Amino acid sequence: MRALLIIPTVFILVTLVFVLMRSTGDPITAALGGRLPADQLQERIAEAGYDRPLIVQYLEYLGQIFSGNFGTTITDNRQVTEILLTYGTATLELVFYSLIVAFVIGIPLGLVAAYFRDKGQDAVLRVFAILCYATPVFFAGLLLKLVFAVWLKALPVAGRASTGAQIQMEVLPNETGIYTIDAIMTGDPAVLGDVLAHAVLPAIALGLLTAGVFLRLVRTNVIGTLSTDYVDAARSRGVSELRLVRKHAYRPALIPIITVIGLQIALLLGGAVLTETTFEWKGLGFQLSEYLQARDFVAVQGIVALLAVIVAVTNFVVDIIAALIDPRVRY
Amino acid sequence: MAADTVTAPKRLLRDRIPVVHQLRQSMGLQRGMLVAGLVLTGIFVFIAVFAPIIAPYGFAQLRDADGPFGSQQPPSGAHPFGTTVGGYDVLSRTIWGAQTAILVIVIAVILSIFAGVILGLISGYLGGWLDRVLVVVCDAIYAFPSLLLAIVMSIVISKGQSNLWGGVFAAAISITVVFIPQYFRVIRAETVRIKAEAFVESAKVLGASSGRIMFRHVLRNATRTLPLIFTLNSSEAILTLAGLGFLGFGIEPTAAAEWGYDLNKALSDVSSGIWWTALFPGLAIVLVVLGITLVGESLNDLADPRLRGRRRVAQSAGEVAETSVVPGGTLTAGPGGLRGLEDGESFDEHGIEVKS
Repeated sequence: MRALLIIPTVFILVTLVFVLMRSTGDPITAALGGRLPADQLQERIAEAGYDRPLIVQYLEYLGQIFSGNFGTTITDNRQVTEILLTYGTATLELVFYSLIVAFVIGIPLGLVAAYFRDKGQDAVLRVFAILCYATPVFFAGLLLKLVFAVWLKALPVAGRASTGAQIQMEVLPNETGIYTIDAIMTGDPAVLGDVLAHAVLPAIALGLLTAGVFLRLVRTNVIGTLSTDYVDAARSRGVSELRLVRKHAYRPALIPIITVIGLQIALLLGGAVLTETTFEWKGLGFQLSEYLQARDFVAVQGIVALLAVIVAVTNFVVDIIAALIDPRVRY
Repeated sequence: MAADTVTAPKRLLRDRIPVVHQLRQSMGLQRGMLVAGLVLTGIFVFIAVFAPIIAPYGFAQLRDADGPFGSQQPPSGAHPFGTTVGGYDVLSRTIWGAQTAILVIVIAVILSIFAGVILGLISGYLGGWLDRVLVVVCDAIYAFPSLLLAIVMSIVISKGQSNLWGGVFAAAISITVVFIPQYFRVIRAETVRIKAEAFVESAKVLGASSGRIMFRHVLRNATRTLPLIFTLNSSEAILTLAGLGFLGFGIEPTAAAEWGYDLNKALSDVSSGIWWTALFPGLAIVLVVLGITLVGESLNDLADPRLRGRRRVAQSAGEVAETSVVPGGTLTAGPGGLRGLEDGESFDEHGIEVKS
């Protein structure tokens, strides 16, 4: 039953974005106003149908979205869905890597913090978790860039791959756009190394944000589980505290992580916009910020609506997975 | 709460003022974190208020008696934090930035508390189709990446370009829209719970109007968790403001100093090894958010007996027995559970606020 909420959710978000964006006036004046003479401007507005009643435009827009058409950008005349296909893979790759960073950093540290509950180590880790949240991803990105790319020259400054590697991947017959897979398909370890080196800093910058959330979540849940009856029973049988954390309290504490991943996706996509801008990582977020600079609000509206759909669908999938894993959650 | 008036002794005033009470309640590391947070926040507020006196130059000042500052000058005696690519003094802009940040926080939080609390009260108390629609809408907004929503809002409000007040209001209102669902959810959940209380029932019997019950009887009992969300939202407001600024939706540098905007301009500096333009505004964001979050986190922990320091828990064992035997059970508990709720249990075992 709760699963059906995805339909009103998507509907509300798309409507909200439409109403908000259009309440400022028509997008053609916003993008080209001042650059074109008034009569040409009017002509283009009429051509695009922006002079019709708002409700007619809204219904048409809904119909278009329903058939998978998110609009055409004004500045470079491309389909928004085409932008998704071209750049979505880059964002997907970035989000995937940063989730790995978040898991690798957040979960073990969360267990450590729970084990040393209320001791010095715990306090340090909790401040670390808050720092992860308090540091804007773009500032973390700038610092990482400064230290590892500019000063130490250990990693590339920006982009997804160097030009040489990019050319090698572009000649592939069935290019996926996911550089890691493409790099593997070239069969050249140097290309793969290049692609991975480019991903390290952006993934850490974005991953730390979620790592802090995971750390806190694991900590709170493990501490909670440590005071349940079955853990008490194990403790009374003489099981060591370390083993209690590692074996008994660890698994049930992971279930909430799966449920929050849904919310994290929204956070990560928002963060991806900033991370991609910082590292010139040519994904959806980078495009979005380019279109923002160009004041191309049709493109912005399209990308934002598209991201809303992605977030809603991800939440839906995560809810179902959570229900499958945890027998206590049933819809 | 009303159920306790007979047995519970009246609490002293100093125990009822939000932060002071928690400060007395805390101990050890937790007190350390709370104090550190309060100190950082205090410094932030101080700098924001006295920015005109503390800052060596104006935020839009490009030259002084000795001539222009120069562009991208490394830190020196005259400019301890160096100058930006636009020729501004980094130290001054970092200090003035505190003022912009605090303005945005105050406006955003006040607006969202107003809207969120009123909607939550009405929705929770009256119920019906209005309630359902509001819940679905708020859930939808809540699931949406907040930065994207803020971007859309700031396009609507200012079309992207702005002066001081225009920019501050645009940012604040953008953030407000993102926050309303959070206040709404918490207040609504509390209202739904309180609605079933005996004192609401008796007010009804006495013939009080819905409005009077909502704003006199329910509201006062439903606002306990607000200081907590307030702190968490303030830090999110700063991050959202900085994010907007970083994407070029900030406030013009001549209108006000804004950390996110300065970081955006520092983006190209970093590639050429210029560190001072990025480091200081960035650190300012981190420290302020850290301070406010530490306060919020400590309040959250102190409100939850299971997270409070162990010795403290032992002291008030009576409360704990009611809250920790059944995890999350206090929400459905009868009069007995209310005692536990006194300390602010609308957060479940994951530290996430409970939806009803």
